[in-house]
Amino acid sequence: MTNPSEAGDLRLSHVTKRFGPFTAVDDLSLTVPQGSFFALLGASGCGKTTTLRMVAGLEEPTTGEVRLGDRDITRLRPYQRPVNTVFQSYALFPHLDVFENVAFGLRRRKIREVRSQVERMLALVQLDGFTKRRPAELSGGQQQRVALARALINHPQVLLLDEPLGALDLKLRRQMQIELKRIQTEVGITFVHVTHDQEEAMTMADTVAVMSAGKIEQLGRPAEIYEYPATAFVANFLGQSNLLAGEAAGQSGGDVLVSAYDQRFAVPAPRARADRGEVFLGVRPEKLGLVAGEADVPAGHQSVRGVITDSSYVGVSTQYLVRTGWGTELAVFAPNSGAAAPLAVGSEVTAHWSPEHAFVLHREPGEGDRTTPVLDTPDAVGVVS
Amino acid sequence: MSLLTGVGARPVSAPDKRPDDSRSRRRWLPYLLLLPGGAWLILFFIVPTLQLGATSLYDPTGSVTTGYAMTWEFGNYPDAIAYAGPQILRSFAYAAIATVIGILIGYPLAYAIAQKAGRWKNVLLVCVVAPMFTSFLVRTLAWKTILSDNGALVGFLRDVGILGADGRLLATPIAVVLGLTYNFLPFLVLPLYASLERLDTRLLEASGDLYASPTRTFVKVTLPLSMPGLVAGTLLFFIPAVGDYINAALLGNTNTSMVGNVVNSAFLSRQEPPQGAALSFLLMAIILAIVFTYVRRAGTDEVV
Ligand SMILES: Nc1ncnc2c1ncn2[C@@H]1O[C@H](COP(=O)(O)OP(=O)(O)OP(=O)(O)O)[C@@H](O)[C@H]1O
Ligand SMILES: [Mg+2]
Repeated sequence: MTNPSEAGDLRLSHVTKRFGPFTAVDDLSLTVPQGSFFALLGASGCGKTTTLRMVAGLEEPTTGEVRLGDRDITRLRPYQRPVNTVFQSYALFPHLDVFENVAFGLRRRKIREVRSQVERMLALVQLDGFTKRRPAELSGGQQQRVALARALINHPQVLLLDEPLGALDLKLRRQMQIELKRIQTEVGITFVHVTHDQEEAMTMADTVAVMSAGKIEQLGRPAEIYEYPATAFVANFLGQSNLLAGEAAGQSGGDVLVSAYDQRFAVPAPRARADRGEVFLGVRPEKLGLVAGEADVPAGHQSVRGVITDSSYVGVSTQYLVRTGWGTELAVFAPNSGAAAPLAVGSEVTAHWSPEHAFVLHREPGEGDRTTPVLDTPDAVGVVS
Repeated sequence: MSLLTGVGARPVSAPDKRPDDSRSRRRWLPYLLLLPGGAWLILFFIVPTLQLGATSLYDPTGSVTTGYAMTWEFGNYPDAIAYAGPQILRSFAYAAIATVIGILIGYPLAYAIAQKAGRWKNVLLVCVVAPMFTSFLVRTLAWKTILSDNGALVGFLRDVGILGADGRLLATPIAVVLGLTYNFLPFLVLPLYASLERLDTRLLEASGDLYASPTRTFVKVTLPLSMPGLVAGTLLFFIPAVGDYINAALLGNTNTSMVGNVVNSAFLSRQEPPQGAALSFLLMAIILAIVFTYVRRAGTDEVV
């Protein structure tokens, strides 16, 4: 349907959506290159669905414009856009059976050979044999797959997926992820994918955007965002980070010097978002190593002393909480490689890391450490932002 | 039962008898609930219907003074059809036309109230029902005034040339059909409103997202999903409209009388109850047949 050489990038520029006094999407600009897989992550209520709805034409931006290639589609009606949506609520037609639900878009466009296409699509989502069922007679996961098939069958220029795999079990979800990715690369459809599953976002997407309160906090390749987050929100929304409150005192010899809790740390300048004033010193839990005493810290590594207060065995790794001298608990993920014996709760340890694994972020004055006990991550961050 | 076992204070030995008790009570409960309605139906529907059926087979030569003999006079039926054939046809024609007009007026009205009225919803619903606050008879008499020969409406229509210089509305089929439409409209609008109000707007969005224009969305999504309300509404409109005689009596003339008028006169002025009963039964049978095929065709067996 689309010509891959034609520039069909999806472009949102300065898009704002207000509901009364409430701003759901705030001056958002982004470009999704044609044929790429774009993942949108963010806490509940941050405006992901609203953003998709403006692309689909179901919501009109208060200000700003939406372009597809060189076409301004901001005010185009939904049925006039080469865009399809997999709705978060599925929105299957209750009066039509599975077959007719999936065929709906093809029939509206007067396309022939509906049967073979629908059957192929249903086989793809593993629902062959369900053609005569009504949506009410399907499980949540089956309904979700019908919604997926109903949108995908149209081969739109842009496919919007609003948590399309949320109701599936892990195995089916992985299968669907592979199928989606395969279709996306084969047909060259632009995917904009909203998900709460970070792993899904990171494995599937070319570009990930992390949203918070109607704005994009950071946008980039998954590894880029994970290894060098731009803000404290991103550092703890995508994965987990130990963030220590400190002050930066400028650069020296290509390093930014950070002092925190009477200790001094150096971080390579390219890994610092700020080099003066209040900052967070950040290290990912899996980048931390644990040794018994300071004498064992590898050369060139920096370290913090503490006591293990908790240890949980999760199979591939053991997750420790280490309480530092000033009371903050650091998360440490030690790979379960069998190289070292597990450490007992209560033992004195030194946590160490290589300076190039640390990063420095801007900190609001007065903000304290943000190290995160595993379960609290999304909520704690959501409240702060 | 789980409730009873949950009551901790009860001694352990006592529950032995209780579950049985509650189970037998549960078995009887539905019948108990059916009792008032069932008794009402038997007394005021089944018995009169049987009586009416019997009356329709009485010897038509009897009279109120001499009494009627049960002679299984099935000939009453063909006789009644021969007598009131035009009125029967007219009843169905008028009711059908009124139903169509009712749908044309009522569907947009119900849709607007259900989907677009916002906080005015309840006010508008009250407006729909408001005419029912006055009696059926008074409302129809009011229409008589509105449509009268020297009323403003007829005057206006004569002025603009839609009606001839001595054209009139009152005592014409138009007046009867308009009266029927007006009087039964709320019965069509309310069930339609109920099903349109339940319509999930996200389905309309999904339809638009899947290349359906607003018109197509209406035909393919809105209309099928409001079908139960439409079927129920048209039945509630059509059935009483077919049997109605007040509109024809007050707004029509002798050439617009409906089967209800014939039944009325058979019982009350001409003293021929067997004929009236036969016509009533006939009407009931035809309506049942129509309703049955209609509901089967509309594919919404759940409404009846
Ligand atoms: N029609 C509306 N009227 C008023 N407020 C709205 C409307 N639609 C959305 N909002 C608000 O806008 C904000 C963003 O909503 P949105 O549905 O985009 O969130 P989301 O990021 O998709 O969340 P989730 O992950 O829970 O689906 C929410 O705070 C929501 O309450
Ligand atoms: Mg959402």
